[in-house]
Amino acid sequence: MLKLEKLTKVYKTGDKALSDVDLEVPKGQVIALIGPSGAGKSTLIRCINRLVDPSSGRAILDGVDITSLSARGLRRARRRMGMIFQEYALVERLSVMENVLSGRLGYVGFWRSFFRKFPQSDIDEAFRLLDRVGLLHMADKRADELSGGQRQRVGIARALIQDPALLLVDEPTASLDPKTSREIMRLIVEMCRERELAAIINIHDVSLAKMFVQRVVGLESGRIIFDGKPEELTPDVLTQIYGEEDWEATIEVVEDEDEEDEEAGGA
Amino acid sequence: MSSVALEDRVGKRWRKPHFITNPMLRWTLLIGGTLYLIAAFASLEVNWPRVYEGLERGWRFIVGFANPDFVSRAIDIREGMIESVIMTVTSTIVGVAISIPVALGAASNIAPLPIYLVCRFIISISRALNEIIVAILFVAIFGFGPLAGFLTLSFATIGFLAKLLAEDIEDMNKSQAEAVRSTGSSWLQWVNFGVQPQVMPRLIGLSIYRLDINFRESAVLGLVGAGGIGATLNTAFDRYEFDTVAAILLLIIITVMALEYISGIIRARVQ
Repeated sequence: MLKLEKLTKVYKTGDKALSDVDLEVPKGQVIALIGPSGAGKSTLIRCINRLVDPSSGRAILDGVDITSLSARGLRRARRRMGMIFQEYALVERLSVMENVLSGRLGYVGFWRSFFRKFPQSDIDEAFRLLDRVGLLHMADKRADELSGGQRQRVGIARALIQDPALLLVDEPTASLDPKTSREIMRLIVEMCRERELAAIINIHDVSLAKMFVQRVVGLESGRIIFDGKPEELTPDVLTQIYGEEDWEATIEVVEDEDEEDEEAGGA
Repeated sequence: MSSVALEDRVGKRWRKPHFITNPMLRWTLLIGGTLYLIAAFASLEVNWPRVYEGLERGWRFIVGFANPDFVSRAIDIREGMIESVIMTVTSTIVGVAISIPVALGAASNIAPLPIYLVCRFIISISRALNEIIVAILFVAIFGFGPLAGFLTLSFATIGFLAKLLAEDIEDMNKSQAEAVRSTGSSWLQWVNFGVQPQVMPRLIGLSIYRLDINFRESAVLGLVGAGGIGATLNTAFDRYEFDTVAAILLLIIITVMALEYISGIIRARVQ
């Protein structure tokens, strides 16, 4: 479904953020992209929806080469890729509902969006998604009145209303407490399962990643140096990715013990 | 851990490094600056006998304020005020409307370089030319009256508002705008959803502030024939009717204070 071929990004400063990255993500698969700060994780997912233009190589989504698209074609392709951000990146002075509906901008014309006259089907879907992430009662609140976890839920709703085939997720839990982090990760993974979405999740927290995904890709200095199941992440592999450290505690299996009560509370 | 050995630093005095490290240069600048300042003040000549005479004239002027005359020129004052208000409101609206696209073009994080340069050029022209000079030019072209004033104030508003708004756009939160772009929005939608909400409070605040400035300016522009309450004021001065002058100045002060008060309330509400 998503295929990266020799994707390379060299910044103007000469820093080589990505070199010859090959990666294939089948439909419905959620992968965690791990690696130290500066390894190129953020650049990699931004090269896929071209918030950053790759220097060479190709990114192919459902047979369409995104790297060669015109401005118009790129906008159409971006509709198929929902993005979830590190610091939520909600437009703070817009309401929760406007933030969610902004996910439909690729589908509606300028004047409709300017007067906030979105099609009824979009509005219904926005309410359904807000209900699903447990924030229906917040629809008309301003985004900056929400807590971190709530904001990220709105971010998830905004990405999903695009009706994407792929989610690009950039450090979704970086500024959240441990419990909220798990809730957010669980929500993302559940949504992907429900809608058969593929997802690439950049994540710092290795143990959190292991809890939720079936596949882990390790990036170091712009190269993929690990690609496998979470169980295969041995201390040796982590040393290769991050450098020397005692990794035993990190790879201990952590039970996702609060699953049941969360499902009840989150619905 | 660092290359500097700890023993060399422990027990030694520590002082914040000087902003200018070279002591020679530092002292030269400091002493030179002080000497210039003294020389500059010394060169301001004050003719004390002339000041003594002038005090009396100033006093007459101030006494005029004690009994302002709103009545004898009421019709002129009323017309002047209405003209000034119309001039102020229309020029602010037109100026703001033109400033918005110019500001977008003058924000380096949004605009491509050629557009950026053109818009920055427009802003510097507008800022370089003082209102009085522009007004004299427009009076020469369009003749006496409020049209020249309206055009002058619109022109001046562009330089003021576009510059400050562009700075606010450059300071905006990048990731909020990036998120809107990632949804597949068009450029205009991106501006409307990603940029505009972030700069709206500043735009409103600046527009109201400019309304206030434009009103004050309209009083001055009348002196060069560009209409408004300034023209009425000028006539009153020419006739040595200091009591009418006082009435007009009081009206201007009250209006400016009222605008200031209202703009404070509005700016607090749009945060």
